[in-house]
Amino acid sequence: MGLLNIFAKPAEPSLMRLPSGSFTVDPTGRLITSTLPQAFAAGHVAEMAQAVLSAFRLAQEAQVPLTEITVNFSALKLTARELRGGAIIFLSPSALKQK
Amino acid sequence: MIVVMPVRHKLLILDDDQDVLELYREMLAHLPSQPDVHTATSGARAIALLESEPFTLLLSDLKMPKMDGLQVLAIVRRKFPQLRTAVMTSVADEQFRARAYAMGVDLFVEKPSTGKEIIFFLDCIESLLGREVAGGFRGVQSKSLVDIIQLECLSQSSSVLKITNGLLEGKIWIQNGEAIDAAVEDLAGEAAFQKILSWKTGNFEILAAEPARKRTIFNSYQGLLLETAQALDEAQAAEGEALPGSEAAAEGKEPASSLAALARFHGVEFVLASRPGEKEKVDSWGLENPDQVANFVGQTLAGFRALSERLQVGQLSGLEGMGLQRHLAIASHEEAALCAGFRRSLTRNQVQETMKRIVAKWVS
Repeated sequence: MGLLNIFAKPAEPSLMRLPSGSFTVDPTGRLITSTLPQAFAAGHVAEMAQAVLSAFRLAQEAQVPLTEITVNFSALKLTARELRGGAIIFLSPSALKQK
Repeated sequence: MIVVMPVRHKLLILDDDQDVLELYREMLAHLPSQPDVHTATSGARAIALLESEPFTLLLSDLKMPKMDGLQVLAIVRRKFPQLRTAVMTSVADEQFRARAYAMGVDLFVEKPSTGKEIIFFLDCIESLLGREVAGGFRGVQSKSLVDIIQLECLSQSSSVLKITNGLLEGKIWIQNGEAIDAAVEDLAGEAAFQKILSWKTGNFEILAAEPARKRTIFNSYQGLLLETAQALDEAQAAEGEALPGSEAAAEGKEPASSLAALARFHGVEFVLASRPGEKEKVDSWGLENPDQVANFVGQTLAGFRALSERLQVGQLSGLEGMGLQRHLAIASHEEAALCAGFRRSLTRNQVQETMKRIVAKWVS
């Protein structure tokens, strides 16, 4: 059987799936709770948290305080609600729109 | 006698499997247009090849080690915006299809497995290679929409013109050189055609024809263009008549700033246009602290754009913020950004709809 392994194709690399779910972070960006799959990189979660917290902070500094932000990417909708200085962030991948 | 040599397209296939590459190279080299087929087994190699010589089409696999297909496409779309791109994959997944199209690929096909699928696949690739010669309007912004429609009709083409103006998107269906239907927002037929032609700028894309599309326009394209030109002339003559409900209109005043016209929409409290990183390019209406708001807009857009690159989720199309004092929406067009503040009594849908109209007016 070992001989046949020579011809076996190595395991295919996996593509990163966009998760659907939510997570909460504290004011420093530390993850508190999450319903996202564990396979989704912690680094991506941290980057999203930082972008959201930074947006809330900058809005506050610009005297247009916000309690909720919705960011529309072509393939993902990110909704964030301010939560005692931290945030709860919802991710919803978009399907192809049929027009 | 002058002999015109046909253009030989260059096609680059990217797949980590050498056997697959050879198979597709063999198949694609026999297309009617006889493209010059090159191959690459890694994203880095493909990008190096694209940098070294011009290609017409990149055909990429999705699942690859080190740099996957979506990562390659993200770089390619930014560095070579004129390059046509197609994804050929065995990953039959709606999410990846949506993300690939969101990133601007021209075609997403599953790897063919039957004879019929192979013929369909080859037809698609041949069509993609030929489309540039027949059309060539992709990203061309120096031509007016009238020019493009005239060219499509004169060449007796059948296609669908997709025109994007800010957040608005319109379509004109052309069948055998005649405009047969148009649609934008809730308008259809000639009304939609006139609305689309009133846009002064936009991005054009030519999509495959839809022969089954029901005809709603029966006027000839020359007649349509003439009537539209007349309607636009009348609209220009009537310019200065303000939007319904505007205070400036009621008082018959000219707007003090170019942004004041945008602020006439219902519920708008302030408007700010900026080029991130360039403070001197900030223009605002109704704001006491434009620099701070411009800083918020610039940094926030930059942060979320970086996130979109990292996650490969396509273009950042807009951002809405709801607050206890006021709501706001941010949109970007090319390098510029537009931020509008709204009364807090507006609902999220009202903010979105009003922002779409503001952006359309701003862009044009």
